[in-house]
Amino acid sequence: MSDENVAQPIELLTFKLGDQEYSLDIMSVREIRGWTKATPMPLAPSFMRGVINLRGTVLPVIDLAERLGLPKCGQNNRNVIIVVKHEGQMTGLLVDAVSDIVSLEAGDMQNPPDTGVRDGLSVIKSLTLIDDRMIRVLDLALVVTKAESDAA
Amino acid sequence: MSLEILAVDDSRTMRDMIRLALEPVGFTVHTADDGVHGTEVLAGINPDVIITDINMPRMDGFGFIDAVRDNGSHKTTPILVLTTEAAPEMKMRARSAGATGWIVKPFDPSKLVKALQMVAG
Amino acid sequence: MTAPDPMAEIRASFFVECEELLEALHDGLHALETETGDSETIHVVFRAVHSIKGGAGAFGLDHMVRFSHRYETVLDAVRDARLAVTTNLLNLFFRAADHLADIVRAAREDAEFPVESSAALLSELDAQAAGSRPSEEPADVDFAPVPLSLDFEDDPETEYDAALNHFQIVFIPEPELFETGNDVPHILAALADLGELDVKCDTSRIPTLDQLAAEAVYLSWSISIRTVVDEAEIASIFEFVEGLCELQILPVGAGAPTSDPTDTGTAAEPTSAGAVLAPLPEPAASAPPRDTAKKTVVRVDIERVERLVNLVGELVINQAMLSQSMQSAGLSPHSDAMNGLEEFQRLTRDIQDSVMMIRAQPVKSLFQRMSRIVRETSASVSKDVRLITDGDTTEVDKTVIERLADPLTHMIRNAVDHGIERPEDRLAIGKPRQGSVRLSASHRSGRVVIDVSDDGSGIDRPRVLQIARDKGLIPADAHLTEAEIDNLLFMPGFSTSSSVSDLSGRGVGMDVVRTAIHALGGRITISSEPGHGTLFSISLPLTLAVLDGMVVDVAGETLVLPLSAVSETLTLTDANVEMLSPGRSVVRSRGAFLPLLDLGALLGYRGPGDSYVDRIALLLTLEDEVNVALMVDEIHDQRQVVIKGLDDSFYRAPGIAAATILGDGQIALILDPADIVVHANTAGAITATQQKLEARA
Repeated sequence: MSDENVAQPIELLTFKLGDQEYSLDIMSVREIRGWTKATPMPLAPSFMRGVINLRGTVLPVIDLAERLGLPKCGQNNRNVIIVVKHEGQMTGLLVDAVSDIVSLEAGDMQNPPDTGVRDGLSVIKSLTLIDDRMIRVLDLALVVTKAESDAA
Repeated sequence: MSLEILAVDDSRTMRDMIRLALEPVGFTVHTADDGVHGTEVLAGINPDVIITDINMPRMDGFGFIDAVRDNGSHKTTPILVLTTEAAPEMKMRARSAGATGWIVKPFDPSKLVKALQMVAG
Repeated sequence: MTAPDPMAEIRASFFVECEELLEALHDGLHALETETGDSETIHVVFRAVHSIKGGAGAFGLDHMVRFSHRYETVLDAVRDARLAVTTNLLNLFFRAADHLADIVRAAREDAEFPVESSAALLSELDAQAAGSRPSEEPADVDFAPVPLSLDFEDDPETEYDAALNHFQIVFIPEPELFETGNDVPHILAALADLGELDVKCDTSRIPTLDQLAAEAVYLSWSISIRTVVDEAEIASIFEFVEGLCELQILPVGAGAPTSDPTDTGTAAEPTSAGAVLAPLPEPAASAPPRDTAKKTVVRVDIERVERLVNLVGELVINQAMLSQSMQSAGLSPHSDAMNGLEEFQRLTRDIQDSVMMIRAQPVKSLFQRMSRIVRETSASVSKDVRLITDGDTTEVDKTVIERLADPLTHMIRNAVDHGIERPEDRLAIGKPRQGSVRLSASHRSGRVVIDVSDDGSGIDRPRVLQIARDKGLIPADAHLTEAEIDNLLFMPGFSTSSSVSDLSGRGVGMDVVRTAIHALGGRITISSEPGHGTLFSISLPLTLAVLDGMVVDVAGETLVLPLSAVSETLTLTDANVEMLSPGRSVVRSRGAFLPLLDLGALLGYRGPGDSYVDRIALLLTLEDEVNVALMVDEIHDQRQVVIKGLDDSFYRAPGIAAATILGDGQIALILDPADIVVHANTAGAITATQQKLEARA
């Protein structure tokens, strides 16, 4: 974030939500799996898609597009769940499609410009350009934990 | 030089520490939880050295040393007393009970090994 | 996989041991306080603190060593009858035990411990120690752990590069040397490690065989050593035998070897002990220690137990599925296969019970923590309160115990702070000055019941009602029974204390307690008698892992309810359902009317007011005697399910207790019927229904 002197390369998993491209630090990604029917959680916020069985553990699945205030994921067979781990808690993020894994230097990323108050932007940690496309790098902690505080 | 040791201490931590200090250098370590248990364990083994704590339930270290020395087959088995007090009267009391030497807790593993080698080769 | 750090493991094990020692310490102090101990009690107490000190020294936990040493000094005075046990002294011991527990906890968590917070207690302890000390003894200086007294220091060869020192040693053992288990060869070997030895054994005193005395010593030794170490270090080799021999260590001109080096043999292999004693028995092959009467305890990593619990859970599911498919295959109940299955079921149950027992722990440690809470809370609000515990050997799942600590702490604080009256008020109404808080645990019909009661003033119902009205928690004209008023305490946002004391306040109310209990699959009920006290009763499942469930369908979703909550099922028809108003219906069963709640609507699966015909009502009897009927679409079957916890990141709604994985791999949610009913109740459904019923009567 602020410490941009670190020349450590960062690997990002990029994926699509609608026609926008987002990415996550690959270190937090545990696996990627196809969409399976989730058991809905009653009375939960609408971005909470429910829970699925991930080899014997119960995994909550969040519709990332809806979480970010974008139009809901259109459901089709290409939808995938990115399983991430944050502070010991596994969460599934439902996205439209996974694109690529790219390697960047910290210096290639810049802070998002302050455009005001849109909620969806607040979870974007930084921006970067890949082949002239803008990629949004998500702050996983905010995607996962801010969502938790919303529940209260 | 590998030795067979019986360590008698009611503190599991202390028993574990002794084990950790001695097993890596090839010693065989038997343990017992107090004096009574120590005499029971001793009946089935023949250690080169016995290490014992003083403050223990059921039978304390002095009682245990007595019991060992009264037992014909361990009359000369070296016994080191584990003590937190470096006080001379503690050493004298341990010796008059029949202890061979003493180790002040906390001990450094390599020094424990040296102390054992000194009393048992 | 990297090998675990043995030191870290021992450290972890030390802290586990500390917990046990602190428990023993506390038990011992309690026995001293109630005079239920025996002469051994004070020794147990002393040893507990002493062992903590010993371990702490090993890990360089200086403050823990210092505190326990000074604590131990006073205990030692009691042990030696130099100090009499008084109420004040016991009080000090209890507080010191609590403080020591804090120090241990901070060390375990690698947290910084505010050392200065020990100062007051230390000076109290020191004052007691000073009073007990025989006058001629000098004041106890601060205990400093001294490392091994055999001070070899570092490897001599590497430390010095100087010319060698040369010493001449005369060593004449006395018989006592051998009686203490010391022996000459080992001492010579230890010397040989320090430098080059030339050993001469003087055998001139050995008499003829007929005059040989068994325990006399006839040999003396003359040793020449060339070494880098100094005289003190040489002397240290003889530390154990000091006073048990004649010993002279004479320097022979430092750095200048006097004899021809080629003349110096290396350490002469000493041939025998200097005395004629019974030879050491031949080292026998080491036999395993004989079985002792002591209870053997194996410590197992909790993760292994968890894994076993999970596997047994899967086994239970598997067995249930097998059983189902065999039944549907139409096998005769008397066939070998079915008999075998029955046996398999029994074994599965037994294994399951046994595995659960591994996780079970007595509630004692938990209760002990509460006794500290009572002490601290009563001191800070100037009340005199004692904690009476009962059934502290009752065993409960480890996780349950851990997660009960916070809610219990809160309830105990409440009881002391709000429940028990001030001493003068108690005396004025003819109660004993000292108030009591009672904590008891017992097993009752497959559950664990933990009661927290006090002999205080009871719930002030008019005030509770007023507060609830003032805070808008209930309508101003609401008509509530006594039990309903009591239950208002559990409502979110309720706090009876008009002056939010720093103890029970903290913005946490009984609703948080209830949520915590519910999260454990438990329930909490309250009953109170004005002037006589309040009783909170917590009922918990024995295990958190497996549940006997009823699998139902609601609006296309599969749900599981605890079988224990369902007392009866019936199919809904026009004949047994009465509509009171749209969306409000009652079921007639055995002459009683029960409110009918549509589970589908409560969980938001469908809108209210759906048809009930041909659906199923589950008649639920909840612990607080609330009877309701829960409407579902279909009952699948009854089976054991393995409980998978859901935390907040799942957006768990009220009434959803956990989840489970069904045979087809799909996840089904497990409901907490009481929570659902309470939730519906909060929404006004049941009260409204009951009011309507009363109106009809």
